[in-house]
Amino acid sequence: MSQLRIADCVPEGDLLTSGHLACPGCAAPLAMKLALKALGPDTIVVMPACCFTIIAGPWPQSSLQVPVFHTAFATGPAVASGIRAALDIQGKFDTTVMVWVGDGGTFDIGLQSLSGAAERNENILYVCYDNEAYMNTGIQRSSATPWGAWTTTTPAQYPEATNKKDILAIMAAHNIPYAATATVAYPVDLIDKVAKAKAMRGTRFIHLLSPCPPGWKCGDDEGIELARMAVQSRVFPMLEVEGGQRWRFTMEHAAEPVEPYLRRQGRFRHLTAEQVTYIQAEIDAHWRQLVRRTEAEALTPA
Amino acid sequence: MKKVMVGNHAVAWGVRLARVEVISAYPITPQTQVVEKLSEMCADGTLPARFIKVESEHSAMAAVIGASATGVRAFTASSSHGLLYMHEMLHWAAGGRLPIVMADINRAIGPGWNIWTDQNDSLSQRDTGWVQLYCETNQEVVDTTVMAFKLAEQLSVPVMLMLDGFYLSHTAEPVDVPDQELVDRFLPKRVAPYTLDVDSPHAFGALVRPDAYMEMRFLQQDALQKVPQALETIEKDWLRMFGRSYGAVEAYRVEGAELLLVTSGTVTSTARAVVDARRAAGEAVGLLKVKMFRPFPTTLLRDALRGVPRVAVLDRNVSPGHGGIFAEELRSALYDLPDAERPELFGFVLGLGGRDITPAVIDEVIERARTATVPGREDLWVGVNP
Repeated sequence: MSQLRIADCVPEGDLLTSGHLACPGCAAPLAMKLALKALGPDTIVVMPACCFTIIAGPWPQSSLQVPVFHTAFATGPAVASGIRAALDIQGKFDTTVMVWVGDGGTFDIGLQSLSGAAERNENILYVCYDNEAYMNTGIQRSSATPWGAWTTTTPAQYPEATNKKDILAIMAAHNIPYAATATVAYPVDLIDKVAKAKAMRGTRFIHLLSPCPPGWKCGDDEGIELARMAVQSRVFPMLEVEGGQRWRFTMEHAAEPVEPYLRRQGRFRHLTAEQVTYIQAEIDAHWRQLVRRTEAEALTPA
Repeated sequence: MKKVMVGNHAVAWGVRLARVEVISAYPITPQTQVVEKLSEMCADGTLPARFIKVESEHSAMAAVIGASATGVRAFTASSSHGLLYMHEMLHWAAGGRLPIVMADINRAIGPGWNIWTDQNDSLSQRDTGWVQLYCETNQEVVDTTVMAFKLAEQLSVPVMLMLDGFYLSHTAEPVDVPDQELVDRFLPKRVAPYTLDVDSPHAFGALVRPDAYMEMRFLQQDALQKVPQALETIEKDWLRMFGRSYGAVEAYRVEGAELLLVTSGTVTSTARAVVDARRAAGEAVGLLKVKMFRPFPTTLLRDALRGVPRVAVLDRNVSPGHGGIFAEELRSALYDLPDAERPELFGFVLGLGGRDITPAVIDEVIERARTATVPGREDLWVGVNP
């Protein structure tokens, strides 16, 4: 990917201003900035409790130049459904309603509301920026925390003992028009996916990997690189699923070993060689499953 | 136009007359007929609203919050455990100053499972910042639903109206359905001062630090304190246009009363009959119906009860470890009266979980209130066989 391509494809102008309150090195504001470049000003953001509740800024300030409705943890998709209905009845069909929320609000407490909205195929865009734990409250595990990770509620002596929930497959199983993964390490891909989602109608879901230096125990300048390593080691493959059936990889994945990705992060420092081998085996198994899904797509007539 | 309808359909008619634009609801006995009737009205076009059929009550309240914040008129209905499940979002609606109206069909709380009426569901929401209006008849339900929107939108406070499960929700009564054109004049389209608007982007509900949070709560309290006056004006308009009014508190045959019953909801109708019988027998017994529980009509009640010798409060609810909730709140409202003017007040807990409150039960209350000694402040349970 060349510099020229990025310059060509990233729209100018930002709807996220400086002065936001993210930690140094946080990927979430960059993700928001890129997403809003794709969406433009005709956008309403619904923000359940998450790191961005703080990042957006306290009253009477806002770092977002679009309307924001802050709401309780479990309610993003339901509030967005209400906003959508109210916009529609006023004839404002083109405004995008975007829920922007973390992994806890998606994988855990907000899953029922999200499933309900997806089942109704509400005309909303849902973006989960996933930093793989409850980071805003001080790094507690969520069901998005990967196996083996340290958090304050999964101490190194007894680290996270279950695999991360497969949220993309869960959302795809609702047969929604669009579900995809993205990350800040591939900004053009991220913008393209948000733009593609914006042009569609119905429930659209984007799962963003969002590195968190304080929670992952990495340097402030390592987040983007770690996100790229997560993709290339197939920890977090880049995918699209259309209509719940048509799975597709959206880039080549280099099949790099996972160990360097893990060893760069303090949250995995305690892992033994056997545990790393186990993680690699899980990644490989998941990859084979994804390959089968994407091949099934190749066999399906368009 | 006169129609015979059950209380649940009276709610739906009120919603239709108010030209609600977004509805979101989840079914629960005994509220389900509200949802069904509104679905029919939306389907046949008589109510051109969006109806979001959500997966839970928590989401129902969240959805109407989103709709109301976008500037439209929004409504939901629930009952019992459904209302309890909404609790977090009831606070969000009120704190966000959103003029949502909802109906709660009063039903007891489990365990054990009980689908019949009592007021513990709505009264356990008393500190959420919602106006609470308890209705006695289906006519009052239709009228109150429409008036509730006017009140809510005038002061930016959400309003909850209550109907006793089955005793009102499923009881058919003749209702004079107000004329739509007149209702439109009474309640024009909502004009929201602040909405989610891409042409004027603002953040709603953002983090508020200690230097400003209290002011927001103070302004909320200030708005709620304006409710009694605003409701009185709204009811005067309603009386002028439709010939009916109810009042936050209604006094019934109170002249020279030695004993006043205090009631809310459908028990009031039974108590009216008992009072009529007692008056016919020459006894000085009267009745105060409390329609508005939040904001608590302290001044109205203090004035109505000043100098009355004895008061018996009928509570179809209980705050476990304390007592009947209307009685407890009334006691504190009367505390500031001079000793000579302060009534002896007896609280009676009765009718929980749908147990009948018959004229005989109210007769028992009257006899016990007359003979109860002071001190004997703990609330008295009626009809309990432990």
